Amino acid sequence: MKLNTLTLTNALALLKKKEISLEELYRDIEKAIEEKNNELNIYLTVDKEAMKKARQAQELPLGGLPIAVKDNFLTIGLPTTASSNVLDGFMPPYESTVTKRLKESGGVVIGKTNMDAWAHGSSTETSDFGPTKNPRNLKHLPGGSSGGSAAAVAADMCIAAIGSETAGSIRQPAAWCGVVGLKPTYGRVSRAGVVAMGSSLDCPGPIGKTVEDCAVLLHVIAGKDEYDGTTSSQTAPRYQKNLKDGVKGMRIGLCYTDHPKLVGTPVDVAMREAGKVFERLGAKVELVKLSKSVKPNTILTPDYAIGLYTIVQRGEVSSNLARYDGIRYGEDRSHFGEEAKRRIALGTFILSKGYADKYYVHAQKVRSLYIQNFKELFETYDVLVSSPSPGFALPIGASAGDPMFGELQDMLVEPSSLAGLPGISIPCFRDPETNLYLGLNIMANHWQEEKMFAVAYTFEQNIRWDP
Amino acid sequence: MGKYEPIIGLEIHVELATASKMFCGCKNDPFFASDPNIYTCPVCLGMPGGLPVPNKKAVEFYPDLPKGYQISQYDKPLAIHGSLEIFNYPINQSTNNQIKEKIRIRRVHIEEDTGKLIHATIEGKRVSLVDFNRSGVPLVEVVTEPDFRTVEEVDQFLKKLQQIIRYLSISGADMEKGSMRLEPSISILPITNTTNNPIIQYPTYRVELKNINSFRFARKAIEYEIERQTAMLDRGEQPIQQTRGWSEDKGVTLPQRAKEEAQDYRYFPEPDIPPMRWEKSQISKLKSQIPELPDQKKERFMKTYGLSDYDSDLITETRKLADYFEEAVKVAESTLDTGNQHIKQHHISPKKIANWMINKQPDIDAILPSQLVQDIRAASLVVDVSIDEITGAIEQVVREQSKAMSDYQKGKEQALMFLLGQVIKELKGKGDKQIITEKLKEKLALYGR
Repeated sequence: MKLNTLTLTNALALLKKKEISLEELYRDIEKAIEEKNNELNIYLTVDKEAMKKARQAQELPLGGLPIAVKDNFLTIGLPTTASSNVLDGFMPPYESTVTKRLKESGGVVIGKTNMDAWAHGSSTETSDFGPTKNPRNLKHLPGGSSGGSAAAVAADMCIAAIGSETAGSIRQPAAWCGVVGLKPTYGRVSRAGVVAMGSSLDCPGPIGKTVEDCAVLLHVIAGKDEYDGTTSSQTAPRYQKNLKDGVKGMRIGLCYTDHPKLVGTPVDVAMREAGKVFERLGAKVELVKLSKSVKPNTILTPDYAIGLYTIVQRGEVSSNLARYDGIRYGEDRSHFGEEAKRRIALGTFILSKGYADKYYVHAQKVRSLYIQNFKELFETYDVLVSSPSPGFALPIGASAGDPMFGELQDMLVEPSSLAGLPGISIPCFRDPETNLYLGLNIMANHWQEEKMFAVAYTFEQNIRWDP
Repeated sequence: MGKYEPIIGLEIHVELATASKMFCGCKNDPFFASDPNIYTCPVCLGMPGGLPVPNKKAVEFYPDLPKGYQISQYDKPLAIHGSLEIFNYPINQSTNNQIKEKIRIRRVHIEEDTGKLIHATIEGKRVSLVDFNRSGVPLVEVVTEPDFRTVEEVDQFLKKLQQIIRYLSISGADMEKGSMRLEPSISILPITNTTNNPIIQYPTYRVELKNINSFRFARKAIEYEIERQTAMLDRGEQPIQQTRGWSEDKGVTLPQRAKEEAQDYRYFPEPDIPPMRWEKSQISKLKSQIPELPDQKKERFMKTYGLSDYDSDLITETRKLADYFEEAVKVAESTLDTGNQHIKQHHISPKKIANWMINKQPDIDAILPSQLVQDIRAASLVVDVSIDEITGAIEQVVREQSKAMSDYQKGKEQALMFLLGQVIKELKGKGDKQIITEKLKEKLALYGR
C-alpha cells in the first residue's frame, strides 16, 4: 500500500500501533510530489527539512504528519507569496496563528500550495506562477482559490491541507477535486498572519480526505486568538466526538435546486439523490423554495449576492492591498496582475465619496437581509444543503477573460458566506466518464459546526459509489 | 466692531500616554525611544496578515469633555456634541465683566498616529527615513465648531484643554514635543448688517494652518492669517480654500499642497474590529473614575475654602498644586486637635496657605505640606510678638544666666544656643527664630568677647 493515500486518522492510528513508520510515509509523500508536481503545479515551495521536523513532532497529537498549506499563510522559513509576483521571495518575519497551532500540535508544513493570486479567483488559473491542474482530470481546473491545497489532497501529495475561503474558495475546489473542504463560522479560526483579501469574509479552514480528518484539523486550528479581534471567545469543541450522532429526526432544507441555472442539470439530480439518502437515514428533507424577497420558509435568491459580494469584497480588497508598496518587502505595485488591478480599481471607485453610500452602504443593507433570511430558516431547519458550485470542474482556460468567473461559480455559497455561516463540502457524485466530482454543501447556523459534521459524516458513511 | 469677523475652528490632536499602542501590544513611547523602529510589530508595520486589535485602555482613559456620549460603532465617533466653557474677556473691561462662552465640540474620536518621516542626507545622497515607533500610537482628535472669533478665545481654549488633559493624566499634551498638535481653520466673514446679527452663513472657504508647534506660534499664525485675509478682502480679492504652513523664520504663513478633494479619502468600516458595545453601567463606572476637572475643583475650592476666584484659579492650575494645597490644609486642620491652646489661637486658614503658595511660590517638590504649614505658622507668629517683648526677654535672660554669659564671652559657641533656647522659653515659643537670634546677637555684641 502507498502510505501517502492514507487518511489523517488512519495514518495516526497506524503510526501509533507502529505498523508504519514516519520515514516510510514521508518517502511515499515525497515520491508523489517528485512524480507529479511538475505536471500538476501544486506546490510553490516544498520544505526539504519536513522529515526532520516530523521526527521531532512524533509525540504530539498530529504525530508529525505532512500538511499542505495555502501560500497566503505566513510561515517562518518558507517563502509566502499569495501566488503574486508582488510578494515573490517574501520571507515572513512571523508565523500565522493557524500554522503556529498546526505546528504546536505536531503538524508539519510539507509545502506551500498554489492559489489564485491574492486569492482573487475560483480557478487557480490566475496565479502569477501558472495554473494548477485537477488531479482527477488533467484537462480540467481544480477550482480555487485554494485549488493547490484541494489538489494536493486529491493527488495524495499530503495527508491533509489548509486553505482559506471568503466565499467558495475552500468548498468549490474541494468539490471539483473530490475531497472534503470546510469553511468554519466567521471568527471561529484566526485570520492573523493570513494575507488578507476580504476581511469581513476571510475564513481559514481544513481540506481533507474525510469528514473526520477535517474535524480533527478544525479542532487544532480553531479558537480565540489575541491577534485577531474578530475571533470568538467560545472554546472550540472536540468535533470528533459528535460525528456519529446521525441525522435521525433532523429537518434538512434542500436549497437552490429550483434556481433557473440549475434546474435539470447534473447538480439538480445529484442534490435530489442526496436528499433521498438523508430521508432513508431518517431525516425529514424539504425543498426550500427560492424567492425574490425575504418570505417565511423560502430562501432568498443568490442572484443579489453576486453584486453584493462583489461590492463588499472589492472594497475590502482595495484597502487590504494598499500596504503592498514594495518599499519594505516584495516588489512594487507594477507587479500586480490584471485581476488584482481590476479589483483595486473597482474597490477604490466603490468607496469613493458619493459612491460609498450608493454601493457599499447599500450592499451592507442587502447583506443584513440575507442574515435575517438564514436566521429564520435555521429556526425551522437543522441544516441546509445545496451544491457548492453550479457544476463539474471546468476545462483549463475557462476563467480567461471573464472578470466575473469566480463570482458566478461561487454564487451558491455567497449568501451564506456573507452571513458568516459555516459549511462543509463533501463528494456526492462522480462522473465515471470524466472522473470529475460534484460536492454537497452542508450549511449550519453560526457555531454549529458539530451538527454539520454529524450530517456530513453520516452521508459520507452511507453513500454508495458506483462500481 | 470692524467690518469683518474672523471665523475660527480648531482641530486638535493629542497623543495618549497609554502603555501600549492603539491596535497592538507595542510600547507607546515615541519620544524616549533610544532608536528608531524599536517599538514595532507586524501590526504597526503593516506586514501582510497583521490585524489591528483595539487596545481598550485607549478608549477607557477617554476624557469626559462632551456630555452626550455616543459610543463608537465602526465609523461613529466616540463622542459628539460636546462643549467646553471658556471666559470671554471683553476688550478694555475688567475681569469682573467676563462672559462665559461655550465653544461647541463637534466630535471627539480616537485614531492611530502615523510613522514619522525624516529627510536626511547620508553619504551625499538625499534619503527619506521612516521611524515607526510612533506608528499606531493612539491619538485623540478633538474637532470644534467654528465658534472662535478672537485669538484670545483660541488661546484660552487651548490652555484649558491642555489643563484638562493633564488633569486626567492621559497625555503630556506638549505642543513642542508634538504630543499635542493644532490645526486651526480660519476664514473671514464680512459683516454686512448690524453688529449683533447672528451669522447666517459661514464663508465658503477656509484656510487650514499647519506647522504650529507652540501656543505662541498659534497666536502669531492666526493673527497673521486674519490680517492677510482681511487685506485680501479689502483689496476686493477672494481668499481661496487652502492649507498653509506657519514659517516662524519669516513670520508668515505659506501655501502648502492644494487641499485634497474629499473623494481622495475613502472611508469604510474596519472589518477587523468588531463594534465596541458599552453597557450603561460601564459608562457610569468610567465616569466615576474621571477625576475632578479644573473648573469643578476651582469652584469647590472657592466654596469650601473661601478662596477668591483669582486665588482659586491659580491654586488649581495643575492637579499637583491643587493636591498639595489640600494636603497642607489637612495638616493645618489636624494640628488643631492637638489641644495646644496656642496653635488653636493661631489657626492657619486655607486662605493663608493659598496666599503663601501664590506669593512665596514654595518649591512643592522639596517642601512637604507639613513643613509648609510650620513655616507659615512660624512666620505668622512674628507679628504676634513685638520687638519690645523680644528685647525684654533677652534682657531678662542675659541678667539671669550669668554663667552662660561668661562662657559665651570665653568663646564657647554652645552658650549662644543655650541662651537662645532660654529666650524662646521666656517667649513661650512665640516669635520668629531668626529675628530672636539676630536681636540676641546684637545684645551679646554689646558685652564683647
